[in-house]
Order: sequence, then C-alpha cells, then structure tokens
Amino acid sequence: MSLYQLSKLLFLINRDEELQGRFKSDPKTAITVFHLTEEERRAVLEPDIGLLYVLGVNGQILMHFAAFSGIEWADYLQRMRDGIKRYGPVRAGVYAMLSDPNERVAGV
Amino acid sequence: MPLVFAGVCSHAPGITGRSERADPKLREPFYAAFSSMGEALRASRPDALLIVAAEHFANFFMNNMPAYAVGMADSYDGPIEDPAWLGIPRRVVRGTPDLSRRLITEIQKSVDVTYAEEWRLDHGIMVPLHFLDPQNSLPLIPVNINCQGPPLTPLNRVWAFGEALRRAADKVPQRIALVGTGGISHWPATPDSGMINEAWDREFLNRWARQDVDAMLAYSDEEIYRDAGQGGFEIRTFIAAAAAARGTGEVHFYAPIPIFAVGCTVATLEIR
Repeated sequence: MSLYQLSKLLFLINRDEELQGRFKSDPKTAITVFHLTEEERRAVLEPDIGLLYVLGVNGQILMHFAAFSGIEWADYLQRMRDGIKRYGPVRAGVYAMLSDPNERVAGV
Repeated sequence: MPLVFAGVCSHAPGITGRSERADPKLREPFYAAFSSMGEALRASRPDALLIVAAEHFANFFMNNMPAYAVGMADSYDGPIEDPAWLGIPRRVVRGTPDLSRRLITEIQKSVDVTYAEEWRLDHGIMVPLHFLDPQNSLPLIPVNINCQGPPLTPLNRVWAFGEALRRAADKVPQRIALVGTGGISHWPATPDSGMINEAWDREFLNRWARQDVDAMLAYSDEEIYRDAGQGGFEIRTFIAAAAAARGTGEVHFYAPIPIFAVGCTVATLEIR
C-alpha cells in the first residue's frame, strides 16, 4: 500500500507536460521512480480507473487523470462503479461512494 | 483602498465541460447571472482581480501543503486539464507581482501565508475567469485555501484570513475586486457526482448572506463531510469572502444542476 506515492505520480502527470510526454511514449519507464505495489502499477498503466478509485486516490486527482487519459465523463463514472463492484468499497481517503452502484445520480 | 467588488460563485468543471448536457432552462439563467456578475465586477473598474479558490492539486500537494497561499507570479497559465474536457481554451493570465508582494507582506502580519511565484490554474479559477473576465483583461492574484487534503484549516482561522485579505487590500492604492469560489454541498468527481443537499445549501447561504459569523463558523468538518460531502469543505472560500467584504450578501442565482455536480451559485457582497 503506497497510496501517497500513487497519488503523487498522478498529481505530477496531471500538471507536468514533460512527464505527460514521457508517460505517453514509455509509461513503464516514466513511473519507475515511484514506489508502487504491483497492483498500483497495473492500475496506472492499464489504466484501471475503478481500481485507482477503490485504492483511495482523491477524486479530484483521479478525475483529471481520467480526462488526460481521454476517458469521457459518463464512462469515467461507470468505470468507478464497476471498480466498486469488482474490488469492493473505497479503501482510503474522503471520496467514498454513497450511492448504489446501479444508480445514475445525475442521469449519466 | 477598500475593495471595489466582492462576490462568490461556483467553479465546477461540468459548468463549462458538460454544458450541452444541462437543461437549458436551468443553464441559461445561471450563465446569465454569472455573466452579469462579471459585468458588475468589471464596472467597478478594478486594477486587479483576487480570486480566493480551493484548488484541486494543480500546484499544492501533500508533500508540502499550505493552508493559505497567494500567487506572486508574473503570469499564470491554465487550465492544467485537457481544454477540450473542460470546455475552456488555454490562456495566459497576467499577474501583478508587486501588488501581490505588498498584499502578502500585509497579510503576514496576522496570518502565515505561503507565497508562490509559480502557479498553474485548474478549473477552480478557470471557470470563474471564463465568465467574469472573458476578454482576459484583468491582472490576477490567485489565492488558495486548502480544502482538499485534510487536515484542513479551521473555519475561525479562515475568517481571520479573510479579515487579513481585507486589511491588506485597504493598505494599497489599487482597486481590488475579490471573488471567492467553491461549492456548497457536493460530492464531486465520483459516482455520487450530482448529489446536492439543497436544504443544507440554502441554510448555509442564509447564514452567509446575513453575515451571521457565529452560525457560519459553527460547522465542524465532520458535519460538513456528512451533510455536504467532501466538496462542502470549500465553504471556506465563501467564508473568507464574507470576512473580507464585511457586508451582507445577495444571492443572485442558486439552483442545483446535477449534471454540473453542484448547487450553482452566484452572489455578491456589500462592502463595508
């Protein structure tokens, strides 16, 4: 469990164009300096938005990372719901899910 | 001189990024109120626009998280997000470093504020700028209150920070417009996005508009998280604006717009 490292990696990708370029061209190398578990590494590289959400990445960091990854809004929300169904409740942080995984709170 | 304008507004990224998915009957009056606030702001002939925001990890992170930060850069650029996703093109906004420095020096007499000569803008400031300064004409002083990475600064300290902003503005000759921007209740960036506690919002706005300081500062973070979500922590920006303006507030627009993920708010404050 290295949620801090995982979050920091995504924070940097979200705001640093140079790292964005390296992450797009050679993602495995770009993230080597971060001390991630195998599960976290896989979640970033895939990217598995649902798993990142369940691991406790702050929603604001995750939302920006999903946008960077080209994931459309409704798809982003659905990936988090699917993550809850697959991996269980959010494990850390202040972005736990309150609604039912089958609910569409804002209609999307 | 005293502030020339004070107000608060929402800044959720869906306001611009998911514009076409909103009911026009809600969206258009909200946009109109937002733009009217911009007209009133510009009519006050400010020399600089100070925005008290609650950023979302555009600059500050848990390696070194300031409770309060003020920008002191030559310029600021944003959005950090994909412009197509946010629906706002990239812009470079002029800074006013000498004025920032004077304000920071004054604020520091009562509040230990972080200053930053590098600062990138996320939706928290870009959405307000999009409506309030569409021509990118005003120099910016970005201000941040940490509302994202707990532990968060207590509300009574936020009030003192707002008072310090006002004291600093009063000490300089420039005309400063101040805007606080945050959500009231909301659960953003998760599948709960769109949940809005309208009753809680209206109660908070009522306390805020009548300048009921004790009632505004009475919320604990536990209560806010329970009743208003993690997004509710951003009431800090509204509270700082109220402390800076000292006068009562007028809510020009409030309506929950779920696809925008927040109770959309436009309000101004009397400056006393």
